[in-house]
Amino acid sequence: MRRVWAKVVGSLKKGWSIAVARYAMILAIALIAYAAVLFLAGKDPIKAYADTFSFALGTSYGFSEVLVRMIPLLLTAVAVAIPSRLGLINVGGEGQLYMGAWLATWGAITFTSLPQSVFIPVLIVMGFVGGGCWAAIAGFLRARGWVNETITTLLMNYIAPLIVGYSVYGMWRSREVGSAAFPQTVAFPDAARLPRFFGTRVHLGLILGLVALLAFWFVMARTKWGLKMRAIGGNPEAARRLGIRLGLYIVVVMFIAGGIAGLAGMAEVTALHGRLRAGFSPGYGFMGFLISWLSGGSPLGILVMSFVLAIVFSGGTLLQITQGVPFSAINVLMAIILFVVLANPRFSLAVLKRGLTVRGRWQ
Amino acid sequence: MRSSGDVTTLANASASGSATPIAQLRGITKRFPNVVANDAVDLDLFPGEVHALLGENGAGKSTLMKILYGFYSCDDGSIRIDDEEARISSPLEARKLGIGMVFQVFTLIPAMTVAENIALYVPALPVTFDARSVSQTINELGDKYGLRVDPGATVRDLAIGDQQKVEVLKLLVGQARILIFDEATRVLAPHEIEGLFEIFEMLKKDGYAIVFITHKMREVLACADRITVMKRGRISGTIGGRGATESALIELMFGGAVPDQVAKGGSEVLGDPILELQGVSTHAEGIGVGLRDVDLAIRAGEIAGVAGVSGNGQRELGDVILGLTACARGRRRILGADATSWSAGRIRSSGVGFVPEDSLGMGVVPWMTLAQNAALGNVEAYARHGGVSIDWEHVQRDIATSFDELSFEPLEAWVPVRTFSGGQLQRAVLSRELGRHPRLFIASYPTRGLDVRSAIATRRVLVDLRDRGGGVLLISEDLDELCRLSDRLLVLRDGRIVGEFLPHEIDRHKIGHLMTDSGGKDA
Repeated sequence: MRRVWAKVVGSLKKGWSIAVARYAMILAIALIAYAAVLFLAGKDPIKAYADTFSFALGTSYGFSEVLVRMIPLLLTAVAVAIPSRLGLINVGGEGQLYMGAWLATWGAITFTSLPQSVFIPVLIVMGFVGGGCWAAIAGFLRARGWVNETITTLLMNYIAPLIVGYSVYGMWRSREVGSAAFPQTVAFPDAARLPRFFGTRVHLGLILGLVALLAFWFVMARTKWGLKMRAIGGNPEAARRLGIRLGLYIVVVMFIAGGIAGLAGMAEVTALHGRLRAGFSPGYGFMGFLISWLSGGSPLGILVMSFVLAIVFSGGTLLQITQGVPFSAINVLMAIILFVVLANPRFSLAVLKRGLTVRGRWQ
Repeated sequence: MRSSGDVTTLANASASGSATPIAQLRGITKRFPNVVANDAVDLDLFPGEVHALLGENGAGKSTLMKILYGFYSCDDGSIRIDDEEARISSPLEARKLGIGMVFQVFTLIPAMTVAENIALYVPALPVTFDARSVSQTINELGDKYGLRVDPGATVRDLAIGDQQKVEVLKLLVGQARILIFDEATRVLAPHEIEGLFEIFEMLKKDGYAIVFITHKMREVLACADRITVMKRGRISGTIGGRGATESALIELMFGGAVPDQVAKGGSEVLGDPILELQGVSTHAEGIGVGLRDVDLAIRAGEIAGVAGVSGNGQRELGDVILGLTACARGRRRILGADATSWSAGRIRSSGVGFVPEDSLGMGVVPWMTLAQNAALGNVEAYARHGGVSIDWEHVQRDIATSFDELSFEPLEAWVPVRTFSGGQLQRAVLSRELGRHPRLFIASYPTRGLDVRSAIATRRVLVDLRDRGGGVLLISEDLDELCRLSDRLLVLRDGRIVGEFLPHEIDRHKIGHLMTDSGGKDA
């Protein structure tokens, strides 16, 4: 028994160093390729990188902004990672994020007289339910065997922002003096604003994200539900034969995953914007998918990768200001990272297989 | 006991008398993590003979032949083809040297015609594909070797036996001289197996060297000119096929420790029905057939055998009992209660266990450990604090108890089950399912692909369960097994039960005809 344990630990350590080396390599290749893009655009890549990293890691304001960026990335990455354990591909983080924000907004502008201690939990529930129901639709269609969840979640990403747009251009449009020109709702009451910490913009969403991540790890690794879910992902045929209710798990897991993405949307509008605006997300949901993919659904990997990509993201804002690089140029970098990962199928496969499983000798 | 003297003398004599081997394997060694699959193996293949490679699962037969076919590279050793050193690093090179292999799972493209499938394999396929000349070659070879297949037929529409003919034709058209058959009879019906052996005879006459990998003794004795027995990666002996006997082969396979065969106990008084299907029909799913108006009762203390050519509703029958498929019509009763609308989980917890036809694909989660898979079998029993954690010590105790009860050799609990051999995996599934002491046990092809020893252990377990008052439904394609174990034998064809036999009424020919709906039916 001890021998086996030693072996497991040994292969875990080996797995770790390989994983770290690979992540480092991916980032290095991507950064070099992006540097080439910046160079071709007539910018100074070295200065750009130096600016980015000294801003993000060298100043407390920069660091806090990185954390702010990290919150939606973390939440949407978890929203992708949970269903992936069942073999479900949730590409709909973006749509779920929008619907979470949408329902939370309805709460925020409807129950205006609630005290903050009640309002915040209500908003959290609203955000969760909004994103959750949106994703559960896809889950239900999949559980019934009607439509693949990858297709539905992807396509529903296009619907959700339109619902938000319809609302903010229409029934919820602010009539406030000065702001009526913009497609946005009225400002939320102060009690509906998510608390922020230490005088920065870092808000309660960070706690929600970390709790979600921890719960994700704990449920998957330790509980009976996690065991069943991993069984569904590992071999649905066997799971069915063992009497596990696949359909129920698919719907519930999609609801929870969507709910977590919904929290990201809720936190964005209630903590940062204080009102709902059309197109408020610069693609956080898609980025979450990338992060979950890059980290192979491992909780620690998600934490690290969402931090790293948050730096890249805030670097994008910075470069827009300091060097005049359009913010969307950051998408070039994201695409390069994705390409580097996808280019090596053996790596991608290993990433998919890794996670909470024992990194055994069969690999 | 046969003397080991004639074992070695016959080893060097080829049946056809031709002196030069077409292939010489020397000192072949292949190591996989944790296991030496081939340990300094020497083997000669002569033209004009059928060479059977016999051994338990995991003995290294397939590995050895996959090395010859270039599928694996060996860690040590050399291969000579026609007395010339050969470096075979890929199947493509093997094919150039005239080596061809038919795998257990066919490598045909179902949507294409026979001619197209075969043309894909031709070494120098011209840019424009001339269907007529390919068809002509197919017909010529087909007439010569009894491999008649319509070149224009779509592979999807062919019977399994005919598909195998196409596989053989592919190799012949590709000018292979060494033909390797990996467990070729596994998917074939009895008369198709005989047909294959006749084809072997004809190919032999023209100087083809045939390697036939199997673990079925009866087949080896029927077709082989020489038999090489492998055991744990080594060759334990080679015997001339004509002089071989079953006991000599078992001696070589197990080294004297011949496992007991199962004797069928007399059926005692039958108990109440555990399961009843009353006029059950199901919808056909995909390429399967639906059950049609099936009436079936399994009583406590009996093994009900189900015979049939695979694909005639066996899987559907198992699925409907386990609650994986809904009854479109009819009722399902378990222990007297109406279970027509019960979920799979409820049926399972009412005391129904199963061994699926494909343990790795349908019975376990391959990358999970033995302990995790065992826990999955009965999650609620191991959940602590309402499911927040799992009592792994309890799981491990239960595994140990179950293995002990079944007198299986213990397995490592914290190793992913996909590293297990077929026999080990089957023991893992059996111990999980029988550890719950099921009232009803659905065994679908429980010994398929297992070596002799594991198969016997599995049969013993089924008989024990029956003797302790459980009901067993045994679905199998092995008529010997069914006749030996069943207290009642049903024949399934096209989703219907077309015959029912008590042990003293069993007539293999009648069963064979019922299975295939062929002539010779009386009454």
